[in-house]
Amino acid sequence: MTQGTPTVDAPTVTGTPRKARKFEPFRGITLAAALLVLLLLGAIAVFLVVKAIPSLTHDQKNFFTTKVWNPDADPPLFGIAVLAFGTILSSLIALVLAVPVALGVAIFVVEYAPRRLANWLGYLIDMLATVPSVVYGLWGLIFLVPHIRGFQHFLATKFGWIPIFSDPGNRTSVASRSIFVASVVLAIMVLPVIAAISREVLRQVDPNLKEAALALGATRWEMVRTALLPPSRPGIIGGIMLGLGRALGETIAIALILGTSFVISPHILQPGGNTIAANIAIYFGEAGATGRSALIASGLVLFILTLGVNLIARTVIYRAAVRQGSAR
Amino acid sequence: MSTVNTVLSSSASPAVWKLRGRRAIVNRIATVAMYGAFLVAVIPLALVIWYTIGKGLARFSVGFLTHSMAGVGSEDVNGGVYHAILGTVEQLAIASVISVPLGLLVAIYLNEYGRRGFSTVVRLLVDVMTGIPSIVAGLFILAFWVIGLHQGYSGFAGAMALAILMLPVVTRSAEEMLRLVPDTLREAAYALGIPKWRVILSIIMPTARTGITTGIMLAVARVTGETAPLLLTAFGTIFINRSPFHGPQEALPLFVFSSAAAGTPADVNRAWAGALTLILIVVLLYVVARLLTRRDALNRR
Amino acid sequence: MAKRIEALGLSCFYGSHKAVEDVTMTIEPKTVTALIGPSGCGKSTFLRSLNRLHEVIPGARITGQVLLDDQDIYAPNVDAVALRRTVGMVFQRPNPFPTMSIFDNVAAGLKLGVSKSKDLSDVVERALTGAHLWEEVKDRLKKPALALSGGQQQRLCIARAIAVEPEVLLMDEPCSALDPISTLAIEDLIAELKDRYTIVIVTHNMQQASRVSEQTGFFTLAGAGKPGVLVEYDATSRIFSVPSDKRTEDYITGRVG
Repeated sequence: MTQGTPTVDAPTVTGTPRKARKFEPFRGITLAAALLVLLLLGAIAVFLVVKAIPSLTHDQKNFFTTKVWNPDADPPLFGIAVLAFGTILSSLIALVLAVPVALGVAIFVVEYAPRRLANWLGYLIDMLATVPSVVYGLWGLIFLVPHIRGFQHFLATKFGWIPIFSDPGNRTSVASRSIFVASVVLAIMVLPVIAAISREVLRQVDPNLKEAALALGATRWEMVRTALLPPSRPGIIGGIMLGLGRALGETIAIALILGTSFVISPHILQPGGNTIAANIAIYFGEAGATGRSALIASGLVLFILTLGVNLIARTVIYRAAVRQGSAR
Repeated sequence: MSTVNTVLSSSASPAVWKLRGRRAIVNRIATVAMYGAFLVAVIPLALVIWYTIGKGLARFSVGFLTHSMAGVGSEDVNGGVYHAILGTVEQLAIASVISVPLGLLVAIYLNEYGRRGFSTVVRLLVDVMTGIPSIVAGLFILAFWVIGLHQGYSGFAGAMALAILMLPVVTRSAEEMLRLVPDTLREAAYALGIPKWRVILSIIMPTARTGITTGIMLAVARVTGETAPLLLTAFGTIFINRSPFHGPQEALPLFVFSSAAAGTPADVNRAWAGALTLILIVVLLYVVARLLTRRDALNRR
Repeated sequence: MAKRIEALGLSCFYGSHKAVEDVTMTIEPKTVTALIGPSGCGKSTFLRSLNRLHEVIPGARITGQVLLDDQDIYAPNVDAVALRRTVGMVFQRPNPFPTMSIFDNVAAGLKLGVSKSKDLSDVVERALTGAHLWEEVKDRLKKPALALSGGQQQRLCIARAIAVEPEVLLMDEPCSALDPISTLAIEDLIAELKDRYTIVIVTHNMQQASRVSEQTGFFTLAGAGKPGVLVEYDATSRIFSVPSDKRTEDYITGRVG
């Protein structure tokens, strides 16, 4: 039942003269609801595009490469280069930090943890995925920024030869509200999401497969590697994509940590940088008409970005499902 | 036939079955890595929760829950979240009233009435909707309602933005739950000559009720903590605004955000307490939702 | 070179619950032994204690001894993982690894810890030939394993099990999920495999037991709520014609279970 339409449907009465069409006002109501939703989505897309265009036509510079944000200036000069860079970079770093740990946690809960504890741990992880991002932002700003100063400085001095860790001007000696800190907070935020989904996927693996691996003389790790992880790969990738989507769209935590900076800098340990979403949150209040239009344009870019991630995830999952279930 | 003597001597035999060194080491390293990953994950998460509870409790009080920020300066240590809680509750209620019936109807259509091509398109688009970044939903309401239709900031505008976020989640989980209702139930009902719409409303929906309720509560829990869309629509205020339809309204996540951004010690303390309140509400919703799933109408787990 | 299995006073526990009580039997090398009896009387539990697979369930343990060619497999210095190379197992439902090709499935046991640089095609071919599957799949070794039919998948699992060159092959109702034709094919296979391995097969199908085995052990519950016991263990021909114990006779003739 891949489509979700029921295999059983209401029978028509035979032998009795009846209207050719089934009289089902309810069907009409639900259909109307579905159409309404479609309309809504369409309206959102169209409206946003329409509203974004004015600023784009007025922009004196290239929307994608300009590094400043002055849409309400005369003439308007703005571009999402800084924002896109910050958005993508912070999300990628967050994933690099979060994914291995999240996977490890998921495997741990499913295979290594004592059985009775494992259930509770599962619930805990699920619950942690619901903590609002503003709380993470608050914690990141008040606790992490000052406390991670030492670590950032350490990275800058010991690993400064790696370009992104370099620290010209030695600005990491004081607490730095940097992309790195924002990424760490993002990582902590998406970790429960990825871990919860991965755990669910791992749990669904046929126990028969685990036994088959063990019966061949596999160690626990070998069993995980051979029987547990491969069938779970598409689902886990889906979970990672979901985490990525969440990181890309994250507004508040970033806004709190990075503030109003507007610098494009490959030095992730230094203060500065911003993301599309945070930028919208910070500037919408004081934006004029062109400014608002520009913010909408940036929002559209973000939307397309997350849409792309979504589509990739679904394709990956779909392809893998087809491969695994071939000729069943 | 082995005798007792043979049995005894066999335990002194050379270890025939011993794991070759390399594989045993790799296995051990993996085990350590898993435990390690768990610790690495637990520590920051525990820190966040611990900190919030610790700092939040210090400022938490009945007074905190029953007063607003009217007349409270940045340096003042009084003030509370009453107006924020009120706002959040009203906004969530309106958002649910909008999104739940609509979402359920769509789910019913997809699972009970749908037609091949059209259903696929609808499902795809609902999926697309789940991917709307929350700030973009807020941006839409801002441009369309607040400014475009000159309605200004209001709790209702915030509720609409939240409804956009809730709708696809409600639809998806409701559809899942409906799909889980066994066809045999439908067959039995049709065999009794009950019309389709009756079957859906009186038999299928009640059967899926628990799962659907859980899905709705989880959706509510998810949007309770959303700050970004509210920032652009409800805007926030220090006053108590009982009407969600006129003027800016505060909400818990907004409160935490603005207090944290303000930065004075008094504000930060209030932020922690607000964060604690927020977490308590979300956790409460989540726990209740989970408890409901213990047993559903068909007595499945 | 197949091994002799001896169980001495073997009892199997899940926590404090005793599932199997005091089994003593000797299984000669290169023979097929069938274990029959009603459901839930411990046959599978007993079988899994022979390759220590029951240990994956927390709280599972045994008392008594199991010897493989006079070597105690529960001795403290024995690693269960290594033991399972010697004692292989085929399961009730065919369970090839879904993400792997036919070739990779057969080679799975060999690839566990060893680098992939070794050329495994010979081993795979030998195993598939030994499992009577080579001719049918030799042109599509790289195709997904799930593309095979149920009976073929089970033979694939057998090939996978014998690829690691065990001495003993345990089979837990290997045909119960298959159609009659595939079942016969596997029974023919078993008749050939016994030349190289010691085979113990749990089965619900008495006709199957009488077809494939030389020795048969009959298990049943000692009473309601009691552990399973080995009632009778004898040559298959005698069990099915002149059983010594009344309980065996009741089961064979269908009066019970």
